[in-house]
Amino acid sequence: MVAGKSQSLFKDRPIKVLLAKPGIDGHDRGMFVLAKSFRDAGMDVLYAGLLPTPEEVVDTAVNEDVDVIALSLMNGAHLTVFKKVADLMKKRGITDIAIVGGGTIPDQDRPKLARMGITGNYGPGTPISTIVEHVKRRAEEARKRKLGLN
Amino acid sequence: MDQSENYWSQRLESMRLRRDKINSRYNSWKKDTLNPWNKSSRNITEERRNSSDIILREVYTEEDLSNNIDQELGMPGTYPFTRGIYPNMYRGKLWTMRMFSGFGTPEDTNRRLKYLISHGETGLSIAFDMPTLYGLDCDSKRSDGEVGKCGVSVSSLKDMEVIFRGIDLGKVSTSMTINAPAIVLTAMYFALAQKKHVPLENVAGTVQADILKEYIAQKEWIYPPEAHLRMIRDMMTFCTKNAPKYNYISISGYHIREAGSSAVQELAFTLADGFYYIDMGIEAGLDVDRFAPRLSFFFNSSINFFEEIAKMRAARRIWATVLKEKYGAKKERSLLMRFHTQTSGYTLTWQQPMNNIVRTTIEAMAAVLGGTQSLHTNSYDEAWALPSDNAVKVALRTQQIIAEESGLADVIDPLGGSYYVEWLTDQMEEKAFEYFDRIERMGGILNAIKSGYLQKEIAATSYKRQIRLEKGEEVMVGANKYVEDEHPISILRISRKAQDMQLKRLRDIKRTRDTAKVTRSLDRLRKAMEDPDENLLPFMIDAVKAYATLEEITNIGREIYGGWKEPVIV
Repeated sequence: MVAGKSQSLFKDRPIKVLLAKPGIDGHDRGMFVLAKSFRDAGMDVLYAGLLPTPEEVVDTAVNEDVDVIALSLMNGAHLTVFKKVADLMKKRGITDIAIVGGGTIPDQDRPKLARMGITGNYGPGTPISTIVEHVKRRAEEARKRKLGLN
Repeated sequence: MDQSENYWSQRLESMRLRRDKINSRYNSWKKDTLNPWNKSSRNITEERRNSSDIILREVYTEEDLSNNIDQELGMPGTYPFTRGIYPNMYRGKLWTMRMFSGFGTPEDTNRRLKYLISHGETGLSIAFDMPTLYGLDCDSKRSDGEVGKCGVSVSSLKDMEVIFRGIDLGKVSTSMTINAPAIVLTAMYFALAQKKHVPLENVAGTVQADILKEYIAQKEWIYPPEAHLRMIRDMMTFCTKNAPKYNYISISGYHIREAGSSAVQELAFTLADGFYYIDMGIEAGLDVDRFAPRLSFFFNSSINFFEEIAKMRAARRIWATVLKEKYGAKKERSLLMRFHTQTSGYTLTWQQPMNNIVRTTIEAMAAVLGGTQSLHTNSYDEAWALPSDNAVKVALRTQQIIAEESGLADVIDPLGGSYYVEWLTDQMEEKAFEYFDRIERMGGILNAIKSGYLQKEIAATSYKRQIRLEKGEEVMVGANKYVEDEHPISILRISRKAQDMQLKRLRDIKRTRDTAKVTRSLDRLRKAMEDPDENLLPFMIDAVKAYATLEEITNIGREIYGGWKEPVIV
């Protein structure tokens, strides 16, 4: 990522991220760590709170005009529940918000999620810096679309 | 301020006076021996701290022991039970090897339970899936994709009948990890016992039911705190009279720790919850000596070996002394802190998963040296998924090796008298009392939860730890040091079929049950819920026997009590 270019993209408004656990899953330790880490990296961070439905996640993302939705699940339901979020986005024709994922996601499921447009999908033990860099990259793509740059 | 409000700070003050020695032996050793050695060998001496932020010296001596060590330790089975709650501990009976299990359909779980029993497990422990934990049926819109994933799916009594098929409820003790809908699952278990003609007096087991730690850490609630606390009170009064071998609550630090707390935060917040339940029972008109003996606890055993042992020893001492001094308990049984331990899930790594067997072994050894009554050992593949048959067997074998090969169970409290362990036990006790004092000054544990104080304390500790890991100041082998290329391992996968089977079973139940009976029992339950003086458990038992579903029952409460939104944590 070229620093100068991304600075101009986010000059008026920093990267805005919505953290959400869209399934029935209260394991929020990682969410709080990420919220603080994203803020330390200069991002604007929203947390969707406990047990939001996929509809609520998408509504909040649109209303708040975020760049990235960062989904997390520890309960093994990612293939069903992450997909619901991705499907809703597609149905509503939203292309200027990126979706990234993470949690206890077996390697075998990563290509399936990637095909839904959900990238990252980092597992336990991933360095925070890796996640921050990935969110920045996806935010850049999303912001370019918002600004009509591609 | 009345006297009980002063209790924590008064005790704290006297604890701080228990050591008046100046550590002359340590100081002169450091000056004459250690410092010159470090200087000549150019050793860099870094400061060492444990998870509780207690700074550790290089070595401890007899000058670090309390002046009152004899009274503060007691002997095994004697007050204040620091060394163990029973006179013979593991020489009399080994700890219960209780492997937390449950996944997929009730049939899958019934098979896993029988598999574990056949390999020498001595107590059952049921894990429920996420919908069940939040009081939802498998056919709820929200349950899609989650049925059977993190545990077994239970929507009605029918599911419980299948889980326990061929298992004698009069002979086994069963622990059920369920909190918000604990009273409904307890009703199902009691209904099942009655159907099998096992008298409730003989039903032994534990339901977790500790709702306070849900608000603090695990975040699985349905209603506002007061509604759940009323249901715990109802279980407390019902079981005290009718099911004396059933532990209607397991006051849990495990989840507080997994949510990111330190060892001492786990200790302090868990015991503060315990004192709240004692207050609640007394307020419900029960004599403390009638119900305190049935309160049980559940701790985490994490990777810092001595810190965990000190935590467990301190926990026993605190519980016994506070029950005696503050609550005036007279029966010895009331003073005994019985606890289950589980090794730490958080310490397991996704990377190089076989290393997790070693971590679990160290943590299980700490639990045994800490004097636990029962133990669950995690499986090496649990950073990936629910454990496979093979992984869970290794975890059970780990306990059997500790119990029957290592000699750890030969002598009671073998670390008792260790300068370091005794000093650390005292430190954990004092730091816990600092928290009790602070919580009391905030207006009690409910206020500390509603203001988000406890949740923020935990989030802050967890974040600090993460930063240390990122910087490499703390090591997780395979994850941030000694890293290798990873290869996927074979894991247990829950197929979509589990959800389909559960949906079919629930449809069949709804089609074949006596609808009028269901409606009648739910109407009676609704009236009871509206009357805060009524005990809900008998009405719940009637409703589940009529095959009213979990969600039909919890929905009544949703209408009456509403939900609960947590304070902002970050």
